[in-house]
Amino acid sequence: MLSAILVITGIAIFFGLLLGYAAIRFKVEGEPITDELDAALPQTQCGQCTYAGCRPYAEAMAAGEADINQCPPGGEATIQQLADILGVEAKPLSEEHSENANEELMVAKIIEEDCIGCTLCIRACPVDAIVGASKQMHTVIESECTGCDLCLPPCPVDCIEMIPANRGVDKWQWPEPLSIPVVVEKLI
Amino acid sequence: MEYLLIIIGTVWVNNIVLSQFLGLCPFMGVSRKLETAMSMGLATTFVLTLSSISSYLLNEYLLQPLNLEYLRTLSFILVIAAIVGFTEMAIRKSSPILYNVLGIYLPLITTNCAVLGVALLNVQDSHSFIESALYGMGSAAGFTLALVLFASLRERVDVADVPSIFKGNAIALITASLMALAFMGFSGLVKT
Repeated sequence: MLSAILVITGIAIFFGLLLGYAAIRFKVEGEPITDELDAALPQTQCGQCTYAGCRPYAEAMAAGEADINQCPPGGEATIQQLADILGVEAKPLSEEHSENANEELMVAKIIEEDCIGCTLCIRACPVDAIVGASKQMHTVIESECTGCDLCLPPCPVDCIEMIPANRGVDKWQWPEPLSIPVVVEKLI
Repeated sequence: MEYLLIIIGTVWVNNIVLSQFLGLCPFMGVSRKLETAMSMGLATTFVLTLSSISSYLLNEYLLQPLNLEYLRTLSFILVIAAIVGFTEMAIRKSSPILYNVLGIYLPLITTNCAVLGVALLNVQDSHSFIESALYGMGSAAGFTLALVLFASLRERVDVADVPSIFKGNAIALITASLMALAFMGFSGLVKT
């Protein structure tokens, strides 16, 4: 009886120590830079950066495989943040990833008389900005839409169009001045 | 030759899933896609081999000398859980790619009854050290084989025109039983 208790306790302590040691020995530094980059991204998971989502894009940036200017939903502000984290110079959004991002912010609009209520666009929307139910008309919550275009391809009747976002007079901004590249001369 | 017979015997004749009916829940649960089935098979092979070795050592050098055979099940579960935990950490550190492939399936193996079953069968058949290791590896290979075959079958059955009553898990169970019947054809190949 006593030996049984001792043996089980002994095994438990042995494996406990083993696992405790392994937890320290095999500790994975969760690549904090990736987490930081991921936190800076807008988390729309839209895939316009050509990666599967924000996290993979953050990983690619951390690994130095991707440039920082591939996120249209985030825009200039995100690029600035990413540049700060990575310690590189901010640059304008890359041409191939921008499509319509250089212009005004666009939002999706469902042409409601054509909508057949198939819910396909609801499933495609990464930010849950489309409301509706099966066989009911759907509509886009304009303030939530990030203009990612992901709802356009699944629509079987092509009743979604992108329109310029109406952000109201308080959100209106002057067009930003063109960025002028600054060259810092090396002193040494 | 004897070792070869153990391998053949565990992979085909006494297939852990299809003729001993152990580890049926991962067999039904993770056989929807071929890739996940392969990952699961790989993870199970790894853990099963390790756990049959260490449970043999535990039984031979600790439980038997102290006449504590009745603690087998309890201590084997402890060993398996610890090995799975340790393996997970080690793989995560050493090979993130493999860790991503195995993913959630590694921790799930703790509750795979095939792992405990093999450890207990090893004791029951009083295998030696090498025999235990081979028995574990062979069983795991048999498990992987059955899982991969079943997953491939299921991928096809999913797109087949199945009567609505049999759709889903019903036809999967029928498929599994037909596979078990087919594997019975191997009995008599080796006497183990």
